[in-house]
Amino acid sequence: MSTIRGRAWKYGDDVNTDVIFPGKYTYTVTDPAEMATVAMEDLDPRFAKEVKPGDVVVGGKNFGCGSSREQAAFCLKYAGVGAVIAKSFSRLYFRNCINAGLPVIQCPEAVEAIEDGQTVEIDLTAGRVLVGSHSFSFPPLPPEVIGIFEAGGLIPFTRKRLGIE
Amino acid sequence: MGKTFAEKVLARKAGKEVVAGEIVEVQPDVAMSHDNTAAIAKTFYSIGVDKVFNPDMHVVILDHCVPAANEKFAQNHKEAREFVAKQGIKHFYDIHRGICHQVLPEEGFALPGELIVGSDSHSTTYGAFGAFATGIGRSEMAVIFATGKIWLRVPETMRVVITGTLPEGISAKDVILYIIGKVTADGALYKAVEFTGPTVQGMSIASRMVLTNMAVEMGAKIGYVEPDDKTLAWLEGRARRPFQVVRSDPDAAMEEMVFDVSNLEPMVACPHAVDNVKPVREVKGVKVDQVFFGSCTNGRLEDFAEVVSVLRGKRIHPRTRMVVIPASQQVLKEALAAGYIAELVEAGAVIVNPGCGPCMGNHEGIMAPGEVTLSTSNRNFKGRFGCKEAEIYLASPRTAAATALTGTITDFRDLM
Repeated sequence: MSTIRGRAWKYGDDVNTDVIFPGKYTYTVTDPAEMATVAMEDLDPRFAKEVKPGDVVVGGKNFGCGSSREQAAFCLKYAGVGAVIAKSFSRLYFRNCINAGLPVIQCPEAVEAIEDGQTVEIDLTAGRVLVGSHSFSFPPLPPEVIGIFEAGGLIPFTRKRLGIE
Repeated sequence: MGKTFAEKVLARKAGKEVVAGEIVEVQPDVAMSHDNTAAIAKTFYSIGVDKVFNPDMHVVILDHCVPAANEKFAQNHKEAREFVAKQGIKHFYDIHRGICHQVLPEEGFALPGELIVGSDSHSTTYGAFGAFATGIGRSEMAVIFATGKIWLRVPETMRVVITGTLPEGISAKDVILYIIGKVTADGALYKAVEFTGPTVQGMSIASRMVLTNMAVEMGAKIGYVEPDDKTLAWLEGRARRPFQVVRSDPDAAMEEMVFDVSNLEPMVACPHAVDNVKPVREVKGVKVDQVFFGSCTNGRLEDFAEVVSVLRGKRIHPRTRMVVIPASQQVLKEALAAGYIAELVEAGAVIVNPGCGPCMGNHEGIMAPGEVTLSTSNRNFKGRFGCKEAEIYLASPRTAAATALTGTITDFRDLM
């Protein structure tokens, strides 16, 4: 879990939740496996067919802007994506990734360095992204929310907190 | 150093002093969910909790696909109804009532100084009444159903000062599109945006709701307008409970941007980004297949008055369809009483039940590949009207009406 290694799927600025998980599916596509098949449908039709476990989605600024729909985070997780790296995130998307237990990394320098298709390695414990021979560090999640991520998401975290096993 | 509105509200809820950047765990005053309540209910039960922590803090409004377009939506509504009945959630509004962001204020839940969360990004709308209101995810709402609590980061504040008298026919929609074009889609990321200045003070409550509704389109966590006599008059007879107005101290730390709108023209957001904003005259003549007039941004009575003032006694272009969706049942009743609905029907428009309609691609005006919509709603992302090969332009109700008449994107001033 602490090391993620996979192909980079690099996209531009302001990737919105409608192209990650189309609005028309928000009440009709609810099964995790099916959600994975429509991930990025309106942005990159190849993505859902070719994505492999551990692959990394890379975005520019304001990744995940738009709707509050958390399926835009969950569908990437269900598709096997190991982490999302961007220059910046919309606040809702950032929260939804933490709540989904999907590693969410803000690291503009790494985004600049990464080329689409390249292999990227992420060490979550050390807070480092390795791109070829270059290493970029990123700050940890705020201490108040890191527990949510470490529990695997908001629901497992809440179960633990309420003493429900 | 004084405190901002955002710091004051979250301090009250957290029960301690807070500063921007801090993370607090708080209990919202109101938690709104819509058709997604069915999915949230499933997640809620998956936690292993049987009873909702506080049924009275929740408001559930079915609006995203009303009436149900197919069996899946019908099943979804059924599960939402079963959940509210089982959990004793009394603030429930079924498919006839309208869009959550219009209904919540109409029903007196959007109050100054209160903390409101909604599992919908346009929950920022309630800031027009001086509330701290923001969107959250489905899992977060499920946890609020279970525990009553959520974590929030105390946002920094950005003050947007709007000055100048708006030219004839130029509306709050033109103003906010212009500002989003300048600030860009991430220019207010994570921030509390306070809309202020003489132009905002001069605006109606409905117009202020246009500003706060679209604050999220520049990345804002909340939009806010300081309550004044107009706000208090609007809340008179509507407010559910006593409230206390909260405002930023004059010396509170915040960045400031100033926009003079005295020479503003009709504006339009072009495909496929809300910050791709141009004056209407630069895209004049683009052929439009469908005009959508409605949404939580621009489906209120004053918007009907604007549209009808342009369409009155005329017919929409034979090649162009016009779909009209009032923001709520209340708006529909008022528009009927004012004669606006009859005039729109005479002009050739299609009137649909209050709700979100085609805005997120569910039903009632889905586009075909290659088609173009001009819409009074708030998002023009690819696929938004259910088809990724369609194009969406966003504009004011008046621009929408002028465009429906000519069948091409039109500067309404050319028809005057």
